[in-house]
Amino acid sequence: MLVSSKLKYPRGDLAVWAFIYAELLVFSLFFVGYAFARMLHPAEFAAGQQTLNPVLGLVNTVFLLTSGWLVAAAVLACESGSRSLALKKLVVATLLGLAFLAVKGYEIGHHFAVGYDLDTNTFHFLYLFMGSFHFMHVVLGAGVLVILAVKVNRGDYSNGELRGLESGAAYWHMVDIVWMILFPLVYLMR
Amino acid sequence: MKYASQAVAKPYFLAAMGLFVAQILFGLIMGLQYVWGDFLFPQIPFNTARMVHTNLLIVWLLFGFMGAAHYLIPEEAQRELYSVKLAKITFWVFLIAGALTIVGYLAMPYARLAEVTGNSLWPTMGREFLEMPTITKIGIVVVILAFIFNIGITVLAGRKTVVNVILITGLVGLAVMFLFSFYNPSNLVLDKFFWWWVVHLWVEGVWELIMASLLAYVLIKTTGVDREVVDKWLYLIVAMALITGILGTGHHYFWIGTPNYWQWVGSIFSALEPIPFFLMTIFAFNMVNKRRRDHPNKAAVLWAMGTAVMAFLGAGVWGFLHTLAPINYYTHGTQLTAAHGHMAFYGAYAMIVLTIISYAWPHLRGHGEANDQRSQVLEMWSFWLMTVGMVFITLFLTGAGILQIWMQRIDGTETFMVIQDKLAVFYWLREGAGTVFIIGLLLYIVAMFIAKKPAEAEAS
Repeated sequence: MLVSSKLKYPRGDLAVWAFIYAELLVFSLFFVGYAFARMLHPAEFAAGQQTLNPVLGLVNTVFLLTSGWLVAAAVLACESGSRSLALKKLVVATLLGLAFLAVKGYEIGHHFAVGYDLDTNTFHFLYLFMGSFHFMHVVLGAGVLVILAVKVNRGDYSNGELRGLESGAAYWHMVDIVWMILFPLVYLMR
Repeated sequence: MKYASQAVAKPYFLAAMGLFVAQILFGLIMGLQYVWGDFLFPQIPFNTARMVHTNLLIVWLLFGFMGAAHYLIPEEAQRELYSVKLAKITFWVFLIAGALTIVGYLAMPYARLAEVTGNSLWPTMGREFLEMPTITKIGIVVVILAFIFNIGITVLAGRKTVVNVILITGLVGLAVMFLFSFYNPSNLVLDKFFWWWVVHLWVEGVWELIMASLLAYVLIKTTGVDREVVDKWLYLIVAMALITGILGTGHHYFWIGTPNYWQWVGSIFSALEPIPFFLMTIFAFNMVNKRRRDHPNKAAVLWAMGTAVMAFLGAGVWGFLHTLAPINYYTHGTQLTAAHGHMAFYGAYAMIVLTIISYAWPHLRGHGEANDQRSQVLEMWSFWLMTVGMVFITLFLTGAGILQIWMQRIDGTETFMVIQDKLAVFYWLREGAGTVFIIGLLLYIVAMFIAKKPAEAEAS
């Protein structure tokens, strides 16, 4: 019987890790597909990129990274027994996740409003689909953060058994890692 | 058998096996018609034989799933079935409706059947796999609803386990998706679009939930591994099945008139569809390795491991072969599709039903946990004959498919029927493998009937 989850690697639930790897696999197939499509249609992709707003992307990067950092810090805080600190960090992390959703939601809505859709061309399909697919993962992840916050508040992790919290944190981290590839790949690479 | 009401599974399993034999007989008839064009013409034209072959497959699998649910739900829920009488009524209604439909297919031209059954009032006929008259479809809905009500009440009133909750979810999904068979828009693209909601979202969606729960049940029973471990695997398998399977529907939308982006969505998500099947394979072998007991029903354990492996090969590997749009552009609707269809249905769904029957049968016959050695050995022979038969059917059809793709789609100088003639040798070999398959199937049934209690067998 393991006393502390510190002794275990990877931290969190193995099943959640398998799930995370499967998610990464889906996204990586899209990234590889994007690379090939860009190679085949460089002009279309260059023109498509001009229609995006990298500043909004950057703002969102800051939101997600800060949020990811706060969740990791919340796990550490919970481990060292400061429950209220962990709760505060989780709440702010969730709010940053929601801020990301607001910005991204505006961005996608605007993109449709100016007349692009999934069927415009390969670039716009990939931008919209990958963005929306990632968006749904942020929605799920933010939902997980809310559940974690409720559980931290209830003191569910006070006995040193942090696997649930660590699993949720790992999932949230997956969401920002994917964004860290998606953002430069789609918005910035020239 | 812990609960008396589990016995109601028996007629379902018997009907499933009877219809399975009929399905394979029609398969052999069609196989022969590939190379002997007017065999049994005009009594059984190819299109009728094909319709009977595929419809019987669906019906016997449904009988198998229903039998399985009636058998395992009381045990999982730890209470008797809500109503044995209802289970018997649904059995007879389903059997009679199914039999009448098949008789209808064989007794009259399809157009006449449509006329007789009033298809013009609510047209749903004439679509592959869903050829049954509207009235039969309504019958299926009534039967499935009554069945889900019966087992649903049993679960709600009893213990809820991950196994029975996932099984019910799968069965409810099966019922809901079937409703799209009543939607028949006149726009051909939309018609096909929603047709796949039944066909694809059954076999690459909700049926996977049914398969996973049945496999988990048999593995829990035969290996004695903790439920906690099994439950985690189940969640993972179900999550992956739905994540990949739902958007994976897109791999049917490449060339039917839907927007181009389906080529991306379909290719990427369906490329990952082997994952849940791969997980089931690892799951089965892992559980057997970690077993806490050696279950005396060795045949059932063999079937459980077999279904996991064959589902991965048939659905996973053979599906992946032609699921990417740039490849499917050449392979669409060739014998390669038939190869995949045969091994996937056998590995994932025929074998899981044979697994649960193999596990439940000694209990239903009052033989305890396992049948005598002799009938188990016979059953294992049936396993190998059917499985090897199916592997060869798949390989011969794959050979035929690759040549067909080359001659018809890449070279493209010859016509369809000329090419089919050149493939005759593969079709003859496939017919041979099919004969081995039916011998295996008959042995399975013989083993079911000659089975004795282990003690009685020793005494004699």
